[in-house]
Amino acid sequence: MKNKSLISINDYTPEELLKIIDIAGEFEKNSVQDILKGKVIATLFFEPSTRTRLSFESAVNRLGGRIIGFTDASSSSVKKGESLKDTIRTVSNYCDLIVMRHPLEGSARYASEVATVPVINAGDGANQHPTQCLLDLFSIKKTQGTLENLNIFLVGDLKYGRTVHSLLMAMSNFNPTFNFISPDELKIPDEYKLFLDNKGIKYYEHSDFSEIILRADIVYMTRIQKERFSDPMEYEKVKNSYVLNNDMLTGTKENLKILHPLPRVNEISEDVDENEKAYYFTQALNGVFTRQAIISSILGLK
Amino acid sequence: MTDKRILSVTAIKDGTVIDHIPAKSLFKVISILELDTLNTQMTFGTNFNSKKLGRKALIKISNKFFKDEEIDKIALVAPDAKLNIIKDYQVVEKREVEVPDKIVGIVKCMNPNCVTNNEKVVTKFDVVSKKDVALKCCYCEKITDQEHLKII
Repeated sequence: MKNKSLISINDYTPEELLKIIDIAGEFEKNSVQDILKGKVIATLFFEPSTRTRLSFESAVNRLGGRIIGFTDASSSSVKKGESLKDTIRTVSNYCDLIVMRHPLEGSARYASEVATVPVINAGDGANQHPTQCLLDLFSIKKTQGTLENLNIFLVGDLKYGRTVHSLLMAMSNFNPTFNFISPDELKIPDEYKLFLDNKGIKYYEHSDFSEIILRADIVYMTRIQKERFSDPMEYEKVKNSYVLNNDMLTGTKENLKILHPLPRVNEISEDVDENEKAYYFTQALNGVFTRQAIISSILGLK
Repeated sequence: MTDKRILSVTAIKDGTVIDHIPAKSLFKVISILELDTLNTQMTFGTNFNSKKLGRKALIKISNKFFKDEEIDKIALVAPDAKLNIIKDYQVVEKREVEVPDKIVGIVKCMNPNCVTNNEKVVTKFDVVSKKDVALKCCYCEKITDQEHLKII
């Protein structure tokens, strides 16, 4: 993985995914170290994403590295009309690694082709967000003790949610059963069902999950955005069918954990927060360890 | 007499004849093969009757022989194209075209939010299906299918 850019979750083999999870576990025990001393990491955020950027910067700072970069395109030379290629070529001279967030799909792959240092994709439009996926995997492994043979419930916007698509691809290496719960307009796209069919992985589609949640090992909640609906009435009709509240967790499996990529709006009621099955805030903390693992393995330090 | 004159224009001594091009794809084939940059003699014919294609086009190029990877690119717009390789007025070889495994340039990614449609990037695709052509963009990872396939 040394010197190899991380652009898409499919860039890593199942073995490499597990390796990153193991290293993240080491950082969880000891997340303040000096191993990035003398290293400069560029965080280039062509669109704002406070949560992701802070997580990366926290990961680097705790390991003694330094950060350069910008937090949105308006404060960079992009505003003057500089091409992405020129920006990346220039910044390559100033750092050991580039972390990049960009609104265009495919921008991160392109950046990795023109950069002279490795690139980590921190989100390219609606396409990929591999570090989110790795932190999800780490959270699943940590809470379940394994990634194998789990019953995974994906809830909410399964059509546009890139975290859901990446998680589906990555978990399909470990023989899961998937339950997809979404309104009709936001169902999982056919290409992913075809992918699962080809791999022989079991999946079921539902429009409601209050009954079947008893079988879940992981419930992965996502936000349903109003602007995704062509008909606002349709949104009003379905918005409350995909809300998780504390009562629904009665009788669920002991090992069940609720995950969410955050930010949450109303799809998980606040009464769930104190339930020990709620895991989304710890999941965000795991993001720091996972990003420490990714950065240090790409820089050849782990 | 008339027949003889047509023959003298169209027959080539050495070169390549590309037949069974759908009439509507003739200019796309010319552009993909960059025939406008060649200095050899060429004949283009179009709107001939064809049982299979309805109306077909034909290209005859003197003293030009294509490499497989060069000619296979036209399979995207002329999947039924047939090549006749001519040497000393005789057809010495016939071949068909096959969609290659990778496409670089030529095709536009159908995703308007793809980096290739917004920055100066040459497109690059993995061919995921050859029968009903489906191309997966190496950048945005979206599929461009036959219906949305646009030649640059």
